[in-house]
Amino acid sequence: MVTGKAFKYGDNVDTDVIIPARYLNAPSPEELAKHCMEDIDPDFTAKVQPGDIVVGGANFGCGSSREHAPIAIRACGVRCVIAASFARIFYRNAINIGFPILECPEAAAAIRNGDAVSVDFDSGKIHDETTGQDFQAAAFPAFINRIIEHDGLLPYLKARQDAEEEK
Amino acid sequence: MGMTMTQKILAAHAGLDSVRAGDLIEAKLDLVLGNDVTTPVAVDVFDKAGFTRVFDKDKIAIVLDHYTPCKDIKSAQLCKTARDFAHRFSISHFFDVGTVGIEHALLPEKGIVGPGDCIIGADSHTCTYGALGAFSTGVGSTDMAAGMAAGENWFKVPSAIKVVLKGKLQPWVSGKDVILHLIGLIGVDGALYKSLEFTGEGVHELSMDDRFTIANMAIEAGGKNGIFPVDEKTLAYIDGRLERPYKVYEADADAEYEREVVINLDELKPTVSLPHLPSNTKTVDEVAGMKIDQVVIGSCTNGRISDMRIAAGILKGRKVADGVRCIVIPATQDVYMQCIQEGLTEIFINAGCAVSTPTCGPCLGGHMGCMCEGERAVATTNRNFVGRMGHVKSEVVLASPAVAAASAVKGCVASPADL
Repeated sequence: MVTGKAFKYGDNVDTDVIIPARYLNAPSPEELAKHCMEDIDPDFTAKVQPGDIVVGGANFGCGSSREHAPIAIRACGVRCVIAASFARIFYRNAINIGFPILECPEAAAAIRNGDAVSVDFDSGKIHDETTGQDFQAAAFPAFINRIIEHDGLLPYLKARQDAEEEK
Repeated sequence: MGMTMTQKILAAHAGLDSVRAGDLIEAKLDLVLGNDVTTPVAVDVFDKAGFTRVFDKDKIAIVLDHYTPCKDIKSAQLCKTARDFAHRFSISHFFDVGTVGIEHALLPEKGIVGPGDCIIGADSHTCTYGALGAFSTGVGSTDMAAGMAAGENWFKVPSAIKVVLKGKLQPWVSGKDVILHLIGLIGVDGALYKSLEFTGEGVHELSMDDRFTIANMAIEAGGKNGIFPVDEKTLAYIDGRLERPYKVYEADADAEYEREVVINLDELKPTVSLPHLPSNTKTVDEVAGMKIDQVVIGSCTNGRISDMRIAAGILKGRKVADGVRCIVIPATQDVYMQCIQEGLTEIFINAGCAVSTPTCGPCLGGHMGCMCEGERAVATTNRNFVGRMGHVKSEVVLASPAVAAASAVKGCVASPADL
């Protein structure tokens, strides 16, 4: 269970505004974090605290496939993203790096900017502590849970390959 | 229950007789692609996970196209990281400055991708190769690393939207107008997680370059992929390029589609997307006269030889309007050479255009044409998001090469029919 303050955005938050291409030439998480969201929310990096939560509308993370986008959000200390829906490459990228995302249209609509929100990743339960509302996010399939349990796709694949070679 | 073309390719690559929309599968890959922005991140996770070999050096393509020729010291370092990795594993399809072109124009041209392939690329416009009848989709850097290490990756089998094309395009209307119109119809998430399956007799009227442009922007409707049936034009295109076996797949007659969209090509007009979403479409007549500062003709969407010919046809004997910068970027070295041989480069330079070596450059606000606050461009690129081509208060209007060239001449958004 984690609790943080919600930073709320609208529909179609694209990866160009999550991390503009002019900063992709320095792909360390620390450098990317300095510029996260600056084209739609210039104060974001100054205000965000470790454990906070980003809430988006439909099609969050659309556009460029840059994995730098979920890397930048996570490097800011953001604990997870809740959205009505995710663009599919952002969805893959977040899972592949072991960064939690929750698809829940009801929560994405109801949670207000600045609300205190707690999330239980195991059950997918979302609780808005400011308003007292409860929400249930869609569960991940077992295969995706295995990737998340290994902290990402590459550690999962390596463990599987090593196990096969030991046989 | 029958399968769509996409589902058949995925089933075959997963070693399954059939798949259904929503199934999670692991499929073998025919090609894994990365560029100078995404490959360095993939190299980092590949090395950190402890992998010491790639699955097949002949099935990986690394294309240094985004910030090249390197725009600054940091991008030179990115290229070095990707270049060192390519050399370490003797990657066959490695393209550096001098041979490089924009990845999604280059790989089909070089015969590296073909019908029936299952392809992932760490670039969202990897969906372009669907024009050849391949399953091809954009992924991130970790997916690229996984693909390079294992030669396979996980996919959720997509449901599909059937896009039925009827009739024939009218003069000054191109594949770009088809795809902008479609995105305007269904929205930027209209095909989210789905495949866009193009069909209908109108498909056969479209040139291969038009099909590449259409498949290229499937991602702008949220699509997992866009795919075209293989016909005589496809086979003529791959003849002399693709030197390995390939397989042609067709959708089953009883394939299931979530939705059907019909587009009458006869009725389409030159179309543009206004800032700041590709779905914000208007016909060019509705917005003619919008002042502009810059025109960009190029990109993985519209930097092929037919795009160059259309633009040159309009710019021939004319001048770029005062106060407008027109930047022309042939997408590959072969296209660049053809422009020279056909006299197109001379036309562009006489008209007052800057002609550049192949690069993604301005499309993503990288280099070779960034804009400052308050400026507006008409571009044949694929995205008009906030800040895409430079300053957060600059604007991009997406258009076809014909509209872009006409706009360069008039100094405002203009239809080629009005010249």
